[in-house]
Amino acid sequence: MESVIVKDLSLNFGAVKVLNSLNLAIEQGEFLVLLGPSGCGKSTLLNCVAGLLDVSAGQIFINGKNVTWEEPKDRGIGMVFQSYALYPQMSVAGNLSFGLRVSGMPRDEIDKRVSRAAEVLQIESLLNRRPAALSGGQRQRVAIGRALVRDVDVFLFDEPLSNLDAKLRSELRVEIKRLHQRLKNTMIYVTHDQIEAMTLADRIAVMKGGVIQQLDTPQAIYSQPVNRFVAGFIGSPGMNFLDGVLAKGPVFEADGLTVDLERYQFESTDGTGRTVQLGIRPEHVLIGEAAAAMPHTAETAVELVEPMGSDTLVWTRLGGQAFALRVDAERAVRDGDTIRIGFDPARASIFDAVSGERL
Amino acid sequence: MDNTVSADLRDLDTSGPSGPRPRRTFSRRNIFLYGTLLVIALYYLLPLYVMVVTSLKGMPEIRLGNIFAPPVDVTFAPWVKAWSQACTGLNCDGLSRGFWNSVRITVPSVVLSIAIASVNGYALANWRFKGAETFFTILIFGAFIPYQVMLYPIVILLREMGLYGSLWGLVIVHCIFGMPILTLLFRNYFTSLPEELFKAGRVDGAGFWGIYLRIMVPMSLPIFVVALIIQVTGIWNDFLFGVVYTRPDTYPMTVQLNNIVNSVQGVKEYNVNMAATLLTGLVPLAIYFASGRFFVRGIAAGAVKG
Ligand SMILES: Nc1ncnc2c1ncn2[C@@H]1O[C@H](COP(=O)(O)OP(=O)(O)OP(=O)(O)O)[C@@H](O)[C@H]1O
Ligand SMILES: [Mg+2]
Repeated sequence: MESVIVKDLSLNFGAVKVLNSLNLAIEQGEFLVLLGPSGCGKSTLLNCVAGLLDVSAGQIFINGKNVTWEEPKDRGIGMVFQSYALYPQMSVAGNLSFGLRVSGMPRDEIDKRVSRAAEVLQIESLLNRRPAALSGGQRQRVAIGRALVRDVDVFLFDEPLSNLDAKLRSELRVEIKRLHQRLKNTMIYVTHDQIEAMTLADRIAVMKGGVIQQLDTPQAIYSQPVNRFVAGFIGSPGMNFLDGVLAKGPVFEADGLTVDLERYQFESTDGTGRTVQLGIRPEHVLIGEAAAAMPHTAETAVELVEPMGSDTLVWTRLGGQAFALRVDAERAVRDGDTIRIGFDPARASIFDAVSGERL
Repeated sequence: MDNTVSADLRDLDTSGPSGPRPRRTFSRRNIFLYGTLLVIALYYLLPLYVMVVTSLKGMPEIRLGNIFAPPVDVTFAPWVKAWSQACTGLNCDGLSRGFWNSVRITVPSVVLSIAIASVNGYALANWRFKGAETFFTILIFGAFIPYQVMLYPIVILLREMGLYGSLWGLVIVHCIFGMPILTLLFRNYFTSLPEELFKAGRVDGAGFWGIYLRIMVPMSLPIFVVALIIQVTGIWNDFLFGVVYTRPDTYPMTVQLNNIVNSVQGVKEYNVNMAATLLTGLVPLAIYFASGRFFVRGIAAGAVKG
């Protein structure tokens, strides 16, 4: 059963159309990540689901109930904000219990829920402190706890980790994943960090300009991006894009380069003659002896080497265009070396140069 | 590698400046700065000094004419007289009557105006109701209309309501005239608080008043103190509204003071006048000293990223 359904949702701020007829269905217990660049309307969509913004058109259903006109508290959602938004003059316990106290829940039930949430998040020892006396990670835990005590079916996270430093972020990321495994709630998680998206999500919705570009599993989004935007947005270092034309064969042709595309799975058939872009991920390009076994190989000169610790990014040229590949850090590659590289065109992506759609 | 670095260090000329830069106490800049401050301080303190010493002298000593001389014979009689016996043209019970009138005017005016203005500001900042912008513009525009224009229309209004001459009439007038500036003050403060706190409150199920009383007000102590200072000094020191909208038996302290100082019977008792003036100014002064301690910063610390 679907837990959250967003149907034909539009939202305008005055004349600015942020969301336009957006549709989205989220399964019970699913971890959905909304991923996209800044300003694409992720927070806006989340606020609409939470009931913090009045929609301009469309409907929202949560657990089969039409909640389009409901107050946030009646929607069965809990929300975690980017800035934590803890009530500064209340203790941690006060923060956790505020919503329950407002709803007039009996004292002993409140205590039970607060201590359970504190135990899950390991903040029992902090219950009497004020938010000002907590570290960033602890604050974010309290913020999650505030959603936890409400015992809701749907959790909404708006970039909960983006104020934390890299190490803490990866720690809390794991904790959120564990929490989801344990609670099995539906979670909608906004981020513009693709690592968070890939690691946490059951499905990712990649957004751009208020439109969902692709809604699929992390693996599918990584290996079969539906358009150039998604391909470029996912993956770090980013995908290589080579400009060229699609010729009969089918082959991809660029300045002095011909790639045989016989094994490539085309989505549309009449591609021949179009100007296209061939997208290849740096990590799918092999080097040296391993390259020889690949369907497509080439000899090129190394232009620049960027060591990244775990591996090294090597810049060279292919078909007259800049081209990066990722090699093991153990491998000694220096500027000016001539190397043999190889890749499998079946793992590449081909996009129409005009529309950007996958072919 | 290491060797070359230390060799370089050995060649350095280290006899030059090192550590904190020395500061000269009697630089020309400092003399100019402190000199100016001193002159300005004297300029403001001298009248106060004259008032205090005069109020502590007897009349014979004042008649000697030496206004800067400290009192030879310190007496508190002028203070007692100013408080309880000084005469206006109408009665002879000193400032005490005016003091209690002023208290009865100031306390409700301050409480009411701050309560209403803070709710106004909160609604304008967080709830963005339909027409909020128009409402706010009109309110701010109201702040620019000169008081004098509205004096008489308000007299008529109060008379129609049967409040003319009563303390409550004056309280209402003070509330109305304080509203634009206070609303602006509160609206700007509430706008500066993180919006996500308000959203969190809504998700937690708190309503308009719940969010206001349990989340916003506890975070806003500094701005309430500022509003308190503005209102207490403004209302306590008000003369114009007091003289226009009250009757002799409900005159506030400032009007009473004026009547004492300007009464034409008998000799001018400068010491009593000085004491009366100082007494009238004590309340705003006390508010400044008492509330300064509450000007604590960082009340909202810990709410957002820290
Ligand atoms: N109150 C508002 N009035 C007018 N425009 C707004 C308002 N709030 C947001 N917008 C616009 O709506 C668009 C989407 O904003 P939104 O906050 O949803 O972006 P986002 O995807 O969450 O970005 P980020 O990753 O930076 O948080 C932006 O272009 C923004 O300028
Ligand atoms: Mg956002």
